[in-house]
Amino acid sequence: MSEPEQPNPNPPPKAKPAMSLEKRQRMRRKFIRSAILLAGVIGASILGVVPVIRGWAQRLRPPGALDEKDFLASCIKCGQCVQVCPVSAIKLGEIDEGYGIGVPFIDAREQACDFSCDAVQCILACPTGSLTYEKPDFFPVRKGAELSRMPVLKARANESEPAINLRERMGLARLTRPEACLAMQGKGFVGTPRGAGFKGKMRYMDIDRWKPILVRDYPYEREICDLCVTECPIEDAIALEPFTDADGNQGFRPVVREQCVGCGVCEMICPAEPAAIEIETRALWRANGEGV
Amino acid sequence: MRRLKEDFLCMLGAAPKKPEHPGQIAEEVRQIMELKRANKSRLKEHLHEEARRNPCHKWRNRRWIVLVAVNLLFLFSFWLDIQILEGALTASRFVGFHLVDLNSALQVMLAHKHVIVNLVIGTVTVFLLWVMLGGRSFCSWVCPYHLLAELTEKLHLRLVQKKIVTDHEFHRGTRTVFWVLFAILAFVTGYTVFETLSPVGILSRALIYGPGLALAWVFLLLLFEIFWSRRAWCRYVCPIGLTYGVVGTITPLRVSYHVEACFHEGDCRKVCLVPHVLDVTIKGRATETEMGLGPDCTRCGLCVDACPTGALRFEVKGLSKLL
Repeated sequence: MSEPEQPNPNPPPKAKPAMSLEKRQRMRRKFIRSAILLAGVIGASILGVVPVIRGWAQRLRPPGALDEKDFLASCIKCGQCVQVCPVSAIKLGEIDEGYGIGVPFIDAREQACDFSCDAVQCILACPTGSLTYEKPDFFPVRKGAELSRMPVLKARANESEPAINLRERMGLARLTRPEACLAMQGKGFVGTPRGAGFKGKMRYMDIDRWKPILVRDYPYEREICDLCVTECPIEDAIALEPFTDADGNQGFRPVVREQCVGCGVCEMICPAEPAAIEIETRALWRANGEGV
Repeated sequence: MRRLKEDFLCMLGAAPKKPEHPGQIAEEVRQIMELKRANKSRLKEHLHEEARRNPCHKWRNRRWIVLVAVNLLFLFSFWLDIQILEGALTASRFVGFHLVDLNSALQVMLAHKHVIVNLVIGTVTVFLLWVMLGGRSFCSWVCPYHLLAELTEKLHLRLVQKKIVTDHEFHRGTRTVFWVLFAILAFVTGYTVFETLSPVGILSRALIYGPGLALAWVFLLLLFEIFWSRRAWCRYVCPIGLTYGVVGTITPLRVSYHVEACFHEGDCRKVCLVPHVLDVTIKGRATETEMGLGPDCTRCGLCVDACPTGALRFEVKGLSKLL
């Protein structure tokens, strides 16, 4: 150590003492340890790509989400979309989703997006443009993801601006289990579709426009089960079409139309267990009338 | 300017510089050191005994209150729907104004390569906030992982004292390499790779939206710190800390060191998360009578509490003298 009280501003340069063997070894060990730490943490972080590439969790993203790759990149994982949703439809991804950690998704069977906020609040809340009303031009729009017109909200059908500001679909509803569908069997439905323990909520315009209530508190009585059609929040998105099978039995088939945005209300409300109709995430509409 | 550069390099991992020859040490400091040598009073022992008998926790307590309050504000804004601070630590809105964590913003910008206005507004706001409040103050005054790690650190130190575990140090430059690698990974892969492991995001979301599996990772980190290496994540890994450190380089709010009052006992360095910033307190290192600590300092105030003679104080550069 230099001696502060010696007023010699230019001392002769001291030769650096040779490092002791022990100290050198200690430094080497520290260096190797640091390299292992680097490899370990970076390796662990790269593992996060596995669930994404393998597609372990095909999540239904909130309305207005960018394409999956862009969505994961741009989402800042803050959950502001979760906070504004009036029916608490949005949840955040877990660490087993890798890079999808903290990224919002909708489990439609548990709680679908019924657009009871009217304005698509989650898009409004997003600070990074992960959820957006209008994609910038340089993001390509996949053919069949774009809606032919902005979807009309049944709840606002009589208002001057009945459409919601949504240009692409989240997915498409699909009758995945036609054999379980009550309408297909010509059956009706009486009661609460998801049982007394179901925690899902929905807005019922005849109850309160701004206060969604529990689905279990709203019993139905239908001669032919048409809940997926009547409860769908979007106009012209789904309809029942009558048919007669080979044995001469009359049934009704839920047919998904081009205006389906993939919000998942039909999946949530379907009384069959498991649901006869489900959302296929990010499915594209094809001109021949079948979602793919 | 030279000192700023040295402090900055020290934050990136370089060893703190010693004054190479007495000419670098201010005349006033040399006189103070001379006086200290001559005056071997018992004052020193007395003050240290006193300090150890009545440990002071003024700044620590204030800091914990702020840290808990901020995180609870996030929680209650959602739970009780009071909507003051909505979101999580990665991005939020304070009564409607966007706030975006700088490191999260950086990761998103690098991965997504497209920046919208709200993101810029939030990032600039937070940038200015921490330029004012001292960059890494975020770490010790806001970060929830810091609090947990501070508590488990006590356990680690007790185990070290009982010689059950030893602290394994890593090279401090490792954090700089992590910062660069995570930036490159985000840019090249197009995923916010770091967020997957960030205990800050994980803890903040767990607190606000409910606990999940990711807490197991945080738990592992804490175990690693208890049994293997003291405060390893904050010291050697966390790129968030470095990002805020860089932002705080020119901050006027800092802890300053006054060599005149110092007995060079090193109590401050023992409690410090980043003891290299306190290397100026080693006898013969100080070159000015009053020196601000480097940008890696988290302004946690543990050293201010620990110092029995008031040689370390919080100050606002330029302002404290006026007041």
